[in-house]
Amino acid sequence: MITKRIIPCLDVKNGRVVKGVNFLGLSDVSDPVALARYYSEHGADELVFYDITASHEGRGLFTDILTRVAETIFIPLTVGGGINSLDDFDRVLKCGADKVSVNSGAIRNPALIGEAAKRYGDQCVVLSVDAKRVGSEFRVFAKGGREDTGMELIEWVRRGVGDGAGEIVLNSIDTDGVKQGFDLEMLSAVCEAVSVPVIASGGAGCAQDFVTLFQALPKVDAGLAASIFHFGEVEIAELKAMLKENGILIRS
Amino acid sequence: MIAIVDYGVGNLFSLKSSLKMIGAEAVVTGDAAAIRAADKIILPGVGAFADAAAKLRATGLDQVVIAEARAGKPLLGICLGMQLLFDRSMEYGEHAGLGLIPGSVEDLKPDIPTDLKVPHIGWNALHKLQDHPLLKYVKTGDCVYFVHSFYAKHCGESTIATAEYGTAVTAAVARGNVMGCQFHPEKSGPVGLNILRAFCELEATA
Repeated sequence: MITKRIIPCLDVKNGRVVKGVNFLGLSDVSDPVALARYYSEHGADELVFYDITASHEGRGLFTDILTRVAETIFIPLTVGGGINSLDDFDRVLKCGADKVSVNSGAIRNPALIGEAAKRYGDQCVVLSVDAKRVGSEFRVFAKGGREDTGMELIEWVRRGVGDGAGEIVLNSIDTDGVKQGFDLEMLSAVCEAVSVPVIASGGAGCAQDFVTLFQALPKVDAGLAASIFHFGEVEIAELKAMLKENGILIRS
Repeated sequence: MIAIVDYGVGNLFSLKSSLKMIGAEAVVTGDAAAIRAADKIILPGVGAFADAAAKLRATGLDQVVIAEARAGKPLLGICLGMQLLFDRSMEYGEHAGLGLIPGSVEDLKPDIPTDLKVPHIGWNALHKLQDHPLLKYVKTGDCVYFVHSFYAKHCGESTIATAEYGTAVTAAVARGNVMGCQFHPEKSGPVGLNILRAFCELEATA
C-alpha cells in the first residue's frame, strides 16, 4: 500500500532557503541545493520548493537553483510560488519539477487549474491553500497569508479538485509557526470534502505531531514542514522510525 | 550509449540526470539513426495513451523501436512508455500498442476498493515475482514511486514484480530483452537508480 509521505519544504528567496514564522520575519537558513541533497539522502519522500522572490532577477536565480536541485535529487519535486500562467508551469517543469503548486495565481485566475490539468495531467497540478479561521468559517487567504479572499475553504478546494487539481496542500495559518501540532480540525474538513491526496502543512513542532496527524486522520497522505527539519529539531530518519513503531506505513 | 526516445511526450530532464548520476552515457533523441546506433533504448512517456501512441507513430519511431527490440537490443519502457509495449490499451477507447509484450492496459478504478484513490500515486513497495536481472539490486519491500491510473493486465509470465494497491498492480515486466516499469525509477531514490544501473549492465541478447 501507499506509504505516508514526509515532505520538507524549502522557501527560497534570492537563492537562499528561508522560513517565516507566521509568515513574518524571515531568517536565512541554508543553501537550497545542499539542503535538498541532504533531505533526499536522509529519507525525505518528496521535496517542495517555494519561490518567494518578488523580483525578476530573483526568479532567474530560482530557476537556476531548481535545475541544479533537479539534477541532484531523484525523488519527486514540487515547485510553487509565482505560478500565474501556463508559461510559469512550463518554465519550472522544464527545470525538472514533477508537480507544480498554485496558490494566489489560481485565486486570481481559477481557470488556470483546469488549463494546466488538461495540458500536464491532474497529477501535475497541486492546489496549495493558506486558510485561517474567520468567525465561524475557514477562510482562504492569498498573497502568502496577507489577504483575506472572502472565499470559504471547502468550497474552494472542491472547486479546485473538480477543475483538475490532483493534490491539495492545506496550510493552516492558525497553526503555522506555532509548533503545537497540525490543524486537525481544518484538515479533517478538507479530507472529508475531496478524494485527492491531502498534504498537511503548518504547525509541526516535533515528531509526535506527525504520529498524531496520521493516527487521528488516516486520510491525510503526507506531512509537510520546514523549520523543524532545517534546524535539525526533527531528523527525518528518527521521525520515520517513530512512525513505523506506531504502525504507520512509511518508506524506510 | 543509451538512447532515450524523444517523441514529444513528457519531461526527460530527470531521466537524463539520473542516468548521468549513475555514470551511464545517454542521449535524448528523436533521430532513428541515433536510436539504431545505441546499445540500449529507453522509451519514456507520461500523459494519455492514445496521444502518446499517435505521436510515436507520427514520428515513425514506433517501427524503429519495434525493429531494434526484435533484434535483441535491451529496451526499457517507463510509466506510459511501459504501457506502450503491450498489445493494447483501453484508456478512453481501445488503442493498439507496440505489441512487444502480450497484455492489455486497463483502468485501475473498477479493480480496487472504492476507498482507494485513483491515480495510484506515491511510494509503494515492490513484490518480486521473479529474479530478473533488471531487479537484481531490488528486494521485496523496497519502495518505488508510482503515478498512474491504468495498469497492465493479462501479462502472464511477463510480470516480474507487483505492488499491492487493492489488487496486485503490475509494477515491472520483462519478456526477453524487452522490459518495463510502471513506476518512475528516475524518481524512486536509490532503489530506482539501482534499477537503471541494472538495466545499463544488461547485454544484448542477439
